[in-house]
Amino acid sequence: MRIRFPRLRARSRQPELVCQQMVELVTDYLEGALPDPDRQRFERHLAGCPHCTEYLAQMRETIRLAGRVTLEDLTPGMRTDLTDVYRRWRAEG
Amino acid sequence: MGDLRPPRPEGDTLPAMDSDEELLRRLRAGDERGFVDLVERHNGAMLRLALSFVSSRAVAEEVVQDTWLAALRGLGAFEGRSSLKTWLFTILVNRARTTGVREARSVPIADAGPVVDASRFGPDGGWAVPPEHWIEEAEDRIDAVKLSELLRIVLDTLPARQREVVLLRDVEELTSADVCQVLAISEANQRVLLHRGRAKLRQALESELGGAPR
Repeated sequence: MRIRFPRLRARSRQPELVCQQMVELVTDYLEGALPDPDRQRFERHLAGCPHCTEYLAQMRETIRLAGRVTLEDLTPGMRTDLTDVYRRWRAEG
Repeated sequence: MGDLRPPRPEGDTLPAMDSDEELLRRLRAGDERGFVDLVERHNGAMLRLALSFVSSRAVAEEVVQDTWLAALRGLGAFEGRSSLKTWLFTILVNRARTTGVREARSVPIADAGPVVDASRFGPDGGWAVPPEHWIEEAEDRIDAVKLSELLRIVLDTLPARQREVVLLRDVEELTSADVCQVLAISEANQRVLLHRGRAKLRQALESELGGAPR
């Protein structure tokens, strides 16, 4: 009990997060960079807010889709140049 | 020439390091094909990254070539303490910075302000214009190639610092520690850049795909 009192007081002084603050904390949340009390506030808000839950899901989806982005293939010109680089290096012994 | 190489695995769930190690072994054994395969795998990201530091594609291609030459020469010293990819990117960024016409980075955040437009929230800070649904659209109805193209275009519109972080972290899937090493930035800085970049990608997806019937 003695340990819990200060924590309870600290919590009651902390105002709940609003949606506009939530969207700014999403990355810190996903990166595990929110200190515990903030993470708890974040999750408390999420539990009662379908829009912020959706926003978080969309950030996760965005990250997933970014991971599937394919970048351009090697052009024939670059392939030739880089093969030359390799042969130059081989020739260096 | 290119048809000899094995098809790229879809959805690549294997850690990239394993396959790089295999290619590295072939490369060390003097197999030119191993080199070309390695180049094929990383060239797109290296070129993108280089382009973020220098002004033209021609210069970026030179930086990539310099990087490969430096990597080949340093091959004996590569101990595999970081992944090959992280090692390559670190060499590349150092080269690109030396070559780059742009000044070496100082504190990057010229782009401030909220990541979601303030007009979307009411006076109490709650959503007034909530996020439009688009996840189902992205998963079920849009061709993966088109999505990839869309995200590539958006990536190119990001400020350079944000683009570098999103490219390394989310496209190339480096750890945050590796991203910080490659770009020589702090964890906190990396998170800010990642936050801003990702928010723009999300917004682009919402603008493109949102508002569809669920």
